[in-house]
Amino acid sequence: MENELYGQVLLDHNMHPFHKHELEGATCSHEGINPSCGDDIVLKLTVKDGVVTDGAFQGSGCAISQASADIMLELVIGRSVEEALHLKDLFSKMIEGTITDEELEELDEAGALQNVSHMPARVKCAMLGWRTLETLLKEDE
Amino acid sequence: MNKLMSKADFPVFEKYPSLAYLDNAATTQKPRQVLEAVDRYYREENANPLRGLYGLSVAATEAYENAREKVRTFIGAKSTREIVFTRNATESLNLAAHSLGRVFVSEGDEVLVAISEHHSDMLPWQGLAEERGAEISYLECSEEGEYTVEALEKALTPKTKIFAIAQISNVYGRVNPIKEMAKVCHHNGTLLVCDGAQSVPHIAVDVQELGADILVFSGHKMLAPMGIGVLYGRQELLEKMPPFLTGGEMIETVTLCGATYAELPHKFEAGTVNAGGAVGLGAAIDYINEIGFENIERREAELTALAFEQMKDIPYVHIIGSEKAQEHCGIITFTVEGVHPHDIAALMDMEGVAVRAGHHCAQPLHHFIGIPSTARMSLAFYNDEQDVEKFITALKGLRRKMGYGE
Repeated sequence: MENELYGQVLLDHNMHPFHKHELEGATCSHEGINPSCGDDIVLKLTVKDGVVTDGAFQGSGCAISQASADIMLELVIGRSVEEALHLKDLFSKMIEGTITDEELEELDEAGALQNVSHMPARVKCAMLGWRTLETLLKEDE
Repeated sequence: MNKLMSKADFPVFEKYPSLAYLDNAATTQKPRQVLEAVDRYYREENANPLRGLYGLSVAATEAYENAREKVRTFIGAKSTREIVFTRNATESLNLAAHSLGRVFVSEGDEVLVAISEHHSDMLPWQGLAEERGAEISYLECSEEGEYTVEALEKALTPKTKIFAIAQISNVYGRVNPIKEMAKVCHHNGTLLVCDGAQSVPHIAVDVQELGADILVFSGHKMLAPMGIGVLYGRQELLEKMPPFLTGGEMIETVTLCGATYAELPHKFEAGTVNAGGAVGLGAAIDYINEIGFENIERREAELTALAFEQMKDIPYVHIIGSEKAQEHCGIITFTVEGVHPHDIAALMDMEGVAVRAGHHCAQPLHHFIGIPSTARMSLAFYNDEQDVEKFITALKGLRRKMGYGE
């Protein structure tokens, strides 16, 4: 089960995160922390006319938290705030194990984290980026 | 090899024969002798101890008090009045801070706590300091996890009423010089509270030789069931301390205005006690005594050295604390370059190796050493060379699994 979790998609995003960098001109930012793990990320977004035009994160944490945040940004950049929040809901559903196959397709590479639903201890690692995104977008509204 | 020094008596390994259980500092597995003793107590001797006037309650009381006597002998206390049963070391430390603090700490006084302490030996003191308007300060250790008596002497002031420190840190695994520290503390009029959660299960401890005023430990880290712990305190000290929890079975008389409290140690054991747990702890002590600390210490040192020497040779593995295996007492905390501790634990789990990851309830220490989290392997005498080899093999495979070249 965990073998599948530490698959190529997750490893690639962990080793070579595309969206892990400073973001010039960000319109909002928020720090997300998992106190018990020490996972700590700062998520920055550029939101223009209700659309997430750019985003990046920095910080440290386990492979699950880092890869999940990177995959998330890949998914939400270019989407509207509503779409981004919808994807967050889908991701939560996937982790809770209640997602349909159709919905799973919408999550694209984030589907690589589906097995986290069987690992209670790692749920908050996978959710960190998404939780931070939700707070940020709802605060920004 | 001594049969008792193997996994043969531990039923959990019948269910998981290939599990390398290396999280003994969190809790140990239980031998059948302990499980059977608890089972026998509930089958044959169970009633509410200390209360009943009928035969079965007397039997329950005897079973409970026999366990107390075993603990007394085990740590060399003068009297069973000095042995208080609690739920665990955490509850013991809360008792100590709450009760000792009320009597000995006043506004403007100081409480000194070792910086590597477990949260359970830090938060109660922080709470006490706040409640009493006292100052809390921290004694720092070296990068190797060493505390010196000289540094303690410097840190003590005429106002330091309590010094709290573990005999063995759950991160460093290093034995602290409690005996010498106690002398310095007593010379200064300071009480020494010692957390023995990691030491009492692994090295021979004699409270009179140690000199600590209070010593606490948990049963579950030394083969006994969860939910039974001990607070040892010098009798004259315990007599001065007010009760921690109040309620049933800890009073002499109760009126609408108050109560006079029962004698030691019952004054500190409010409510129905965990007699089954105490019986289990008694059986655990018998088990440990049968092996003998000489053998336990030798075996654990052997296994620690076997793991340590191999870990030292892996360039991307960093060990926290001393560079000497013999200063790790079965606890090796480490990091792996490029692999987060949670990933270490998850990947090792896939190989059937159980290790802990995180801050090990010692977050201030992790801040102090500038590492947010670490992984920890911790041994017990029933581990074997195969466990260590499995761990080392898993350790060497980690970076490859995370996508690094090696």
